[in-house]
Amino acid sequence: MDVLIKYSDQFVSGFWVTFQLCLLSAIGALVVGTAVAVLRISPVPPLRAVGTAYVTVFRNMPLTIVMFFCAFALPTIGVNGNFLKIPLLDQLFRRLGTDLPFFRLAVIALTLYTAAFVCEALRAGINAVPAGQAEAARSLGLTFTQNLRHVVLPQAWKAAIVPLGSVIIAMIKNSALAGFFGVVGDLSSVADRLTGAGGEPIIPVFIGISIGYLIMTIPLGLLLDRIEKRRAVAR
Amino acid sequence: MTDTPLVQITAVNKWYGPLHVLQDINLEITKGEVVVVIGPSGSGKSTLCRVINRLEPITSGSIRFDGRELPAEGKALARLRSEVGMVFQSFNLFAHKTILENVTLGPVKVLKDSPSKAKEAGMALLSRVGIANQADKYPAQLSGGQQQRAAIARALAMRPKAMLFDEPTSALDPEMVSEVLDVMTSLAREGMTMVVVTHEMGFARQAANRVVFMADGQVVEEAGPEEFFARPKSARAQDFLSKILH
Repeated sequence: MDVLIKYSDQFVSGFWVTFQLCLLSAIGALVVGTAVAVLRISPVPPLRAVGTAYVTVFRNMPLTIVMFFCAFALPTIGVNGNFLKIPLLDQLFRRLGTDLPFFRLAVIALTLYTAAFVCEALRAGINAVPAGQAEAARSLGLTFTQNLRHVVLPQAWKAAIVPLGSVIIAMIKNSALAGFFGVVGDLSSVADRLTGAGGEPIIPVFIGISIGYLIMTIPLGLLLDRIEKRRAVAR
Repeated sequence: MTDTPLVQITAVNKWYGPLHVLQDINLEITKGEVVVVIGPSGSGKSTLCRVINRLEPITSGSIRFDGRELPAEGKALARLRSEVGMVFQSFNLFAHKTILENVTLGPVKVLKDSPSKAKEAGMALLSRVGIANQADKYPAQLSGGQQQRAAIARALAMRPKAMLFDEPTSALDPEMVSEVLDVMTSLAREGMTMVVVTHEMGFARQAANRVVFMADGQVVEEAGPEEFFARPKSARAQDFLSKILH
C-alpha cells in the first residue's frame, strides 16, 4: 500500500481532474437535458421530433462510441470545444482553457450522453405532476412557457430529484472512460500510467483509484437517501 | 345585459376517434345568464364545457366568445382563456403553492398586476368564499370544499367575463357540497355569466336561467328550470329525471 502514499499527489490531482470533469458535465447535462425534455413535451410536433431523436441517439449509443466520436472525429471537422473557454470559468477550471482540446471534448461527450438520461428522468417527473394542474394553468391564460416555469417544472424537479441523482452517479462512474480518450491526469489515466509505464502493483493502485470515485459517489447517494426520507415524511 | 350572445356555439361537432361526442351542437349564452347543463354520464356535457375555452379542440363548427372566433393554440388563445374562468371537478389547485399564491399567480403573470395589488385582491376573494384564514396553507391541508372554494377564487381573480364549472361538486363529500353551491349561487345572483355542468338539481332549480339537457352528444332539450323539471318534453329527459329525483 506504499504506492498510495508515495504517489498521493498524483491520486489527489487525478481526483481533482475527475471532479472538475464531473461537475462541469453534470451542470451541462442538467441544462441540456432540461432543454431536451422541454422539446419533448412541446406542443409543436417538429420540436418534439427533435427531442425524441436526440434521446433515441444518445440513449442508445455506447458511451465509448460517443467519447470516441467527440475526442477524435470532432477535431477533424474543426470542433475543439473552444466555446467552453469561458473567461473566469477557465480560471477556476484550468483544463477548460488549455490548448489540448481533450478535456473540453470529454465534457461535451459526457454532457451529450448524460443529457438524454436527464431528459427521461425529468420527463418521468413531469408525468408525475397531475395533468389537471397544467390544465388549470392553461385555463388561467398562462402560456406554455409560463405553465412550465411556474406550475409544472417546480413540481417535476421535486419528483425527479432522486432518479436524477442516480443519473449523475452513473455519470461520475462513466467519466472514468475519459482517461482513455485523451484526457491526461484524471483518476483512471493515473491508474493506467502507474500500473503500465510506472510498473506499480495493480491491486493497491486500483484500491486508491476506487477510493477516489467512492468519495464522490457515496456522499451523493447518501444525500439522495436523505432527500427521499425527508420527502416521505412531508407526504 | 345586451342581446349579443357572449358565447355562441354553432354547428359544433367533436369526435374522439370513432366516438362522436358532440353532435351538431348549437347553443347561445347571453351575458349574465346562468346555464346549467345536465344529463347522464357520457352525454358530452363535460366536453361541451371544455370546448368553450378550447381545452378540447372541436372537429368542426364554430365557437365565438364575446364576438370573436376562438383562436388556435398560442398567445391569443391564452389571452382569451384568461377571460373565461374555469372550475374543475378535481379542483386542480397548484400543489406546490399556498392558497393565496394559487389565487395570485394568474393576475401577476397573465394580467401583470403588481404582486401587492394581486395579494390584496386575492385576500378579498378568499374572504368572499370564506377561507381567508387558510391563505397561507397548502392545498393538501384543506378539505375538499375549501379547496374547491379556493379554486373558484383563483378563477375569479382573473376578473373573467364568464365562468365554466365542470361538475364542481362531484368529488366532494356530501356535507361539503352546500358550501360550494352557496358561493356559486351568490355569484349567479351578482350577474356572472355561468355555464355549470352538474348533477345538483337543487342548484339548477334555484340559480339557473336555463337548463340544457344533453344525451348521447346531443342537446335534447332546453328550457327554464321550472318548465324543465315540471314538464320535461323528451322521453330521455323524463327517464333521466325519474331516476335522479325521488
